[in-house]
Amino acid sequence: MRKSWWKILAAVLLLYTFIAGFLIKVPDIGNLKETIRNLFFHVPMWFGQLILFTISLIYSIAYLRNPNLKHDIYAIAFAKTGIVMGILGLVTGSIWATYTWGEPWSNDPKQIGVAIAMLIYFAYLVLRNSVTDIDKRAKISAVYNIFAYFIYIPLIMILPRLVESLHPGGKGVEGNPGLNGADLDATMRLVFWPAVIGWTLLGTWISTLHIRINLLRDKKLINAE
Amino acid sequence: MRNKIYCSLLMITSLLFSVNTFAQDNVTSESVMRSNGKIYVVVAICVTILIGLFLYIASIDKKIGKIEKENL
Repeated sequence: MRKSWWKILAAVLLLYTFIAGFLIKVPDIGNLKETIRNLFFHVPMWFGQLILFTISLIYSIAYLRNPNLKHDIYAIAFAKTGIVMGILGLVTGSIWATYTWGEPWSNDPKQIGVAIAMLIYFAYLVLRNSVTDIDKRAKISAVYNIFAYFIYIPLIMILPRLVESLHPGGKGVEGNPGLNGADLDATMRLVFWPAVIGWTLLGTWISTLHIRINLLRDKKLINAE
Repeated sequence: MRNKIYCSLLMITSLLFSVNTFAQDNVTSESVMRSNGKIYVVVAICVTILIGLFLYIASIDKKIGKIEKENL
């Protein structure tokens, strides 16, 4: 049980999110009505993605410091899961926007910013697949991953706050894009943060499956170093 | 390791069971499942999907564990 406690924790936290997320009393804000509950499902996608991309960045830096193929396998696995979460975040955001902003895509700075950030990470996957030499691929993609991360952060966290936006957390609105200051009351926080941790743990679990498969596949290459 | 995974699987399956019996008990009676605009039905469905996904991921995890053992 020692090794898999966090997997059980992920399941417990997400079960809690799915039950409490539908049932707790939520504040009535603007035209959100019940859709404010999306905060427990849509926003943790982005928090999870940010955390997974950060882990990926750390492994890319680790690879450049110590070129062990293992680090490359870790970096790509976390980045891939982060990308999946980003796609889910974009799609759920668009669904939510359809019924609150009036259309799925309103060219909002936050939507554009995150779409560009996603394209930069798609390029990471394309770049990797275009290099056949394994060591070269690991090195180039590590450098690119670091570069991508430091464009990703301004695109999702800095630029959207400098301009006006339909999304919470724009210019003139206080707080984090996901947590609109006073709008998030105490009961919502009690579900929101466990949701963030739960989704992040689930993302990590899926990444580790990816890592373990690749470690098995590249066992000979790793042992040869 | 495998025992531990079985343990966790058993735990999750028992949770699934409790959801099912919960649903059956209330089919005939006007109670929890039919209150509040039947939101509990949505909760039951979403929880079932979530449990299914977790069981699937756990089974993949187990399979990889097996292959890892063979390759040691």
